[in-house]
Amino acid sequence: MKHSSLMKWFVSREGLYYLALAFLLVVILPLTLDSFRLNMVGKYLTYAFVAIGLVMCWGKAGILSLGQGVFFGLGGYCMAMFLKLEASTPEATAIQSTPGIPDFMDWNQLTELPWFWEPFHSFSFTLLAVIGVPVLLAFVIGIAMFTRRVGGVYFAIITQAIAAVLTILIIGQQGYTGGVNGITDLQTLMGWDIRTDEARNILYFICVAMLFLCLFAARLVQNRKLGRILVAMNAQEMRVRFSGYDVAAFKIFVFCLAAAFAGIGGALFTLLVGFMSPSFIGIVASIEMVIFCALGGRLSILGAVYGALLVNAAKSGFSESFPELWPFAMGALFIGVVLAFPDGLAGLYKSYVMPLEDKVFKRNKSKSAPVGATPAAKKADDYSPMANTCSPEKS
Amino acid sequence: MSIAKSKSGDFLLAVEGLTVSFDGFKAVDDLSFYLDPKEIRVIIGPNGAGKTTVLDLICGKTKATSGSIKFAGKELTKLKEHQIVHSGVGRKFQTPSVFEDLTVFENLEVSYPQGHSVIGALAFKRDAAVIEAVEDVAKTIFLTEALHEPAALLSHGQKQWLEIGMLLIQKPDLLMLDEPVAGMSVAERKKTAELLRVITKDHTVLVIEHDMQFVGDIADRVTVMHQGKVLSEGSIDHVKSDPKVIEVYLGH
Repeated sequence: MKHSSLMKWFVSREGLYYLALAFLLVVILPLTLDSFRLNMVGKYLTYAFVAIGLVMCWGKAGILSLGQGVFFGLGGYCMAMFLKLEASTPEATAIQSTPGIPDFMDWNQLTELPWFWEPFHSFSFTLLAVIGVPVLLAFVIGIAMFTRRVGGVYFAIITQAIAAVLTILIIGQQGYTGGVNGITDLQTLMGWDIRTDEARNILYFICVAMLFLCLFAARLVQNRKLGRILVAMNAQEMRVRFSGYDVAAFKIFVFCLAAAFAGIGGALFTLLVGFMSPSFIGIVASIEMVIFCALGGRLSILGAVYGALLVNAAKSGFSESFPELWPFAMGALFIGVVLAFPDGLAGLYKSYVMPLEDKVFKRNKSKSAPVGATPAAKKADDYSPMANTCSPEKS
Repeated sequence: MSIAKSKSGDFLLAVEGLTVSFDGFKAVDDLSFYLDPKEIRVIIGPNGAGKTTVLDLICGKTKATSGSIKFAGKELTKLKEHQIVHSGVGRKFQTPSVFEDLTVFENLEVSYPQGHSVIGALAFKRDAAVIEAVEDVAKTIFLTEALHEPAALLSHGQKQWLEIGMLLIQKPDLLMLDEPVAGMSVAERKKTAELLRVITKDHTVLVIEHDMQFVGDIADRVTVMHQGKVLSEGSIDHVKSDPKVIEVYLGH
């Protein structure tokens, strides 16, 4: 019974959207891209984690955070600290005046490892911290803001300020954090060299697997009553409160959920890119993350993934040829999206492509169900993520 | 004497010495009134008399400056909004506040008194009891046909009913309705009066209303408010003939 309903889901329209994305990420891109480009796609995907969180937090619950880079960065720094400690063995750092501590600490005249670095010798602690540290910070911010009913623009400004504060803190505390350069020269993960092409390919697939885990977690939340309350809260906060819900608790939850996703994304970013620096977590980076989400469609978790992929691909392409023009293009893109299609690519897909699908579905229905798979899968073949972009998950 | 009675717990709701001041302006000024179980009380009064503020104070939307609100023996002034709801007070707002993006069914389901915590809402299952409760209420509020339509498509009157339905499914002991028939057509008013008669069989109801015809139809007792105080209280005929009420509200 359970098995067959799972099968049914996979041939349902929603299931096909997920399959199409999986097909694109697991089959098409790895087969068509070289290792360098695939690693870039993996890097883009780490931003998709943040974008999924923003869909839940901003799109559904109406809480706009302009500081998601903070959580992305915390996850990333946790992972980077572990990798850096592993790279800083006494043998490898024998030329330092204090061997066995990270090189930047030595340059900054530190003579022993700071206490908060100590636990990052343990990989299991690191994995816990990748999610735990961002969630803990989100929880503290959430309690401070939401129980006092700070919301809307004020909340957005405060999150933005937190992003600025964290960046300044990291840059200022060079001896403890690596400063503006970040934590670089990361080499191995539990003895496994993460710089080889093979390792990077494997990390890409781990990233895709984690992405789907997060997608399913987000989907679970949005399809439960919890998801409906988030949407309801966005429109009629007062009514939700007077229907017996502690609105602040729900806001804290969804903000922590988004932080957890961002933290996972950040940790994978560090693994895929091989370093972490404050430039990935500051104000500009945080706002870019909102753009990924807005372009993909702020109500669609799948849309967010395509949004992150497309904007980042455009960014790479654009800034290779016209580096100084990119910020303007990005700004124009954001204004364009907000003015012309506020529901993003997912909204466009829903209004233009889905009616076409309806026709195809109906025509094929008389034959056999799996034939219905062709429209979505075929589009994935063409690699036109634009057309493939999904989908209001309302039903 | 009435204070002694409230302590004995005969009243469902006992409001005593309730005062709220906004920057020195006392919107509600040393107000006291008492509701018996299963009573239908209508609050009337001119604009700015503090009627809506009284409901805001009872449901916790506004915090009282002083005074006490005892509901079934429990002090409400110290509780948070959702805790007040959980103690059995339901509040309908003046403008219909329903969740337009959700269907009628989902609107009622969200209001179903279960899964109020984050974990509870994640684990909540749409079981037979929920469906039955939703369908029951939908029938009472004349929305069985529209059950799976988005609430955005409902008419103004239907939205008002839906919000009343959202209160009903909470199974509150006290229902507070702020101008439930405002902006309704004559036919809708009649249906709403019918609906209120059904509801009042097993709820205590506190209503704010201007339509005197409607007030006469439903009220057990009427409280007339003026400048944050009780001007007169009693049966509809009593207050209608009270010279003070005629002076400030009804007109000659």
